[in-house]
Amino acid sequence: MDILLLLVWIVILFIVVMLHVAYATYFERKIIGHMQVRLGPMRVGWHGLLQPIADGIKSFFKEDIIPENADRPIFLAAPIICLAAMLTSLAVLPFAKGWVLADIDIGLLFIFAMSSLASYGVVLAGWSSNSKYSFLGGMRSMAQVISYEISMGLSLVGVMLLSGSLNLSAIVEAQGDRFLGMYILPQCIGFFVFFVSMLAETNRVPFDLPEAETELVSGYCTEYSGMRYAIFFMAEYIGMMVMASIATICFLGGWHGPFPVPFFPPLWFVLKVYLFMFVFIWLRATLPRYRYDQLMGLGWKVLIPLALVNIVLTACLKAVFTLGG
Amino acid sequence: MSRPVTKHLEIPAADGDGERYSLRMGPQHPATHGVLRVDLELDGETIVTCTPQVGYLHRGIEKLAENKTYAQSLILTDRLDYIAAMANNVGYCVAVERLLSISVPLRAKYIRTMVAEMSRICSHLLWLATHALDIGAMTVFLYCFREREILLDLFEELCGARLTFSYPRIGGVRQDVTAGFIAELQRFLDIFPARIEEYETLIDTNRIWLKRTVGIGRVTGGEALSLGLTGACLRGSGIDYDIRKHQPYDAYDLVDFEVPLGNDGDIYARYRCRMEELHQSARIIQQCIDRLPPGPIVGPDTPDLVMPNKAPARFQAETAAYGTGLVKLIRDQNLYLAGDVYVATEAPKGELGFYFVSDGNNRPYRMHIRSPSFIHIGALAAIAKGEMIADLIANIGSLDVVLGESDR
Amino acid sequence: MESMAIADRLRAEFPEEILQSYTNQGQVAVIVRPGRIVALLRWLRDTDGVRMDHLRSLCGVDNLRRKDSESSRFEVVYNLYSIPLRHAIRVRASVGDKDPVIDSVAGLWAGADWLERETYDLFGIRFNNHPDLRRVLLPDDWVGYPLRKDYPLKGKGEWIGMTELLAKVKELDRFDFDPERHERGRTAPSQEDEQ
Repeated sequence: MDILLLLVWIVILFIVVMLHVAYATYFERKIIGHMQVRLGPMRVGWHGLLQPIADGIKSFFKEDIIPENADRPIFLAAPIICLAAMLTSLAVLPFAKGWVLADIDIGLLFIFAMSSLASYGVVLAGWSSNSKYSFLGGMRSMAQVISYEISMGLSLVGVMLLSGSLNLSAIVEAQGDRFLGMYILPQCIGFFVFFVSMLAETNRVPFDLPEAETELVSGYCTEYSGMRYAIFFMAEYIGMMVMASIATICFLGGWHGPFPVPFFPPLWFVLKVYLFMFVFIWLRATLPRYRYDQLMGLGWKVLIPLALVNIVLTACLKAVFTLGG
Repeated sequence: MSRPVTKHLEIPAADGDGERYSLRMGPQHPATHGVLRVDLELDGETIVTCTPQVGYLHRGIEKLAENKTYAQSLILTDRLDYIAAMANNVGYCVAVERLLSISVPLRAKYIRTMVAEMSRICSHLLWLATHALDIGAMTVFLYCFREREILLDLFEELCGARLTFSYPRIGGVRQDVTAGFIAELQRFLDIFPARIEEYETLIDTNRIWLKRTVGIGRVTGGEALSLGLTGACLRGSGIDYDIRKHQPYDAYDLVDFEVPLGNDGDIYARYRCRMEELHQSARIIQQCIDRLPPGPIVGPDTPDLVMPNKAPARFQAETAAYGTGLVKLIRDQNLYLAGDVYVATEAPKGELGFYFVSDGNNRPYRMHIRSPSFIHIGALAAIAKGEMIADLIANIGSLDVVLGESDR
Repeated sequence: MESMAIADRLRAEFPEEILQSYTNQGQVAVIVRPGRIVALLRWLRDTDGVRMDHLRSLCGVDNLRRKDSESSRFEVVYNLYSIPLRHAIRVRASVGDKDPVIDSVAGLWAGADWLERETYDLFGIRFNNHPDLRRVLLPDDWVGYPLRKDYPLKGKGEWIGMTELLAKVKELDRFDFDPERHERGRTAPSQEDEQ
């Protein structure tokens, strides 16, 4: 019976997240449109509100083209690996107190594992397409994920030290519901490193090298079309949401807000996630793109040392305060 | 039908002198500005050799021009640099006028200077838009198109076309400017400097933009001369060569403007040069508006063109409706002088030269077009060697090439 | 310096090479023999007071139908300009009728590389010591040199690549494309040569 209930919850979460993904694309197109002195989608429905649904239908019915010399099984599996890994990470996210599918103790670690797994999808897609652009995109993605996973992991060590737990609900609880309790204040270095790594991890501007349109055509998804392309797209947006959620949970106090909301406890959580989504989009409209080696340089020479300094500082301060207190 | 991927794809080795692989970039590629193909030999992402291939857009314009009269070939020049067709038209007319010793009335000179500078702004805006997009800054692209749209509307009002104008005529221009056009242009000039600042806020001091442009694609002054670079690419390397100053044509000796120079010869220097040129172009247009003299817009001794007052009676109603002139072929051989002449004008992309050989016929015996884009693409191999793929894209954007002009 | 004075200095320097010098519309041109073209252009580029450092254009001319000219069939025309001294000169090198050939100046101006390739491509004038003399605008397997005056304006046949392309389309045809119909839709090649 429990399993049945769990399945129902999974389906609900899946549908809700998919709707969010669909409208996140609308959100992005509208915001970028207005930032770029144009209107964005306007034709389908009132102010283009049905655009994501039209897009979904369109990509669903499009021809699924598989290059003749592609490594077929891997080519077919790659987008699914990507999407499945991203969706799985949703299981451990606490949207509000008790609103979590799997309240496991290694939540943070699990998210890291899943986001690394998702990058396998990208690498395999690049590998199996048998196209040099895809291949270069896959290579870039691999290098990027390896470098930025480290700085991302290290940047969160400070949070783990402060909260003393890897369980995401526990991290939120440890921050309390006061504004000053948010880890963004003591962990400002960690937040900076995490924020930059988060952009790189989700392949967003200015780190969108794996799909750098003007260099690699479309990077790892050059050869994909129709629904498979849409799956990569969805995975990217879910990835953005997961990363925004982690940032919310670890640095902005998760579901806590100035006052509790009746009937819909995750409201603050959702607002904070959308704040991050907005920043993602804002950056995309503003910044040019880094070069491959500059990106590596930034990761290894700036972010990782910063994250290490942050760990040492946090540990020292914590030791001092614990001993003192 | 699963096949091992490795059979088709050579995998580069990790070390510096490992296995190289080739990448054929273009002719269908988002960043090659048309149908440029670049065959790359890569080591990882570093370019070992770079071989540009052109010719996908070759239409034999030089051959075509040999079989058309001078007036007819004007439309061919629209198809050279289609981003700045007006500058080509003006360049062509200036060259033919020099060849055939045709005088141009002052008003037409000012109008041509004005429209050529409008064309330069159009071209530079499109260059900035695509160059920024190549480097990843998407918003600049749409900002530039906003202003370009105003200019294209103005061109449409002036001559009815937005892309291929054919507006200048040998010995003048086709139609006179209207007061409405001047007023619109003035309104554009009033807002334009603020708009340039708007582009600059987005990228000028942006750290990522600087990292992608400063010190990349560096060409010294000597190298630039040897490679034949002209326009902003040469001036970005610090060499003061602007044909508008060196060998003034039209009304350029009557207006006041500066030639911006760079020092470093890198992508950023070329970018700065072109941004300054936008200001200078606006300044020239302003002066043309202020000083535009009254008078005729087509010279009296123009071949291939009949003025209303000189036209036979049966044409008069028609030409009066046009207000200016009607193209009509004249086979009076005495009008055409024999000889050869090379006349260059400063097109937005660089030195656009026409070398004419005339044997006294009403058609050029030989017309050679010295197109800056062709020479710039030829220089690409030398500039991009040893840099990365992303820099190649930035370099193509920075050289500002148009394939219609390169392939002719 | 006055451009005509440069032509005179050039004549003094290379008396054997200069065939003729003239002015047209204020532009000075010299007609030279092709033999020592590199030395001649090097002198123009490097001599103090001349300093023609900018190769503006390089192109070929076919004199086959030219009424006023007694010069040889082909010419290679170099337009030079001095950026510091602001004067220009045009050098017209006459190259032979059969098998036109001239030395490459790509060693003097790297930019001449592509210009010479273009001249080779369209006129069939060969350049000695050129680093990479291939066709540039036309396909590598193109027959003939289109800017020669005896090249027909309307082709008699099809470019060889087109036949290959159609054969390939036939071979790969899995869709509704019908090359036969495509062939029929075309107008029959004209027998008329030119003009």
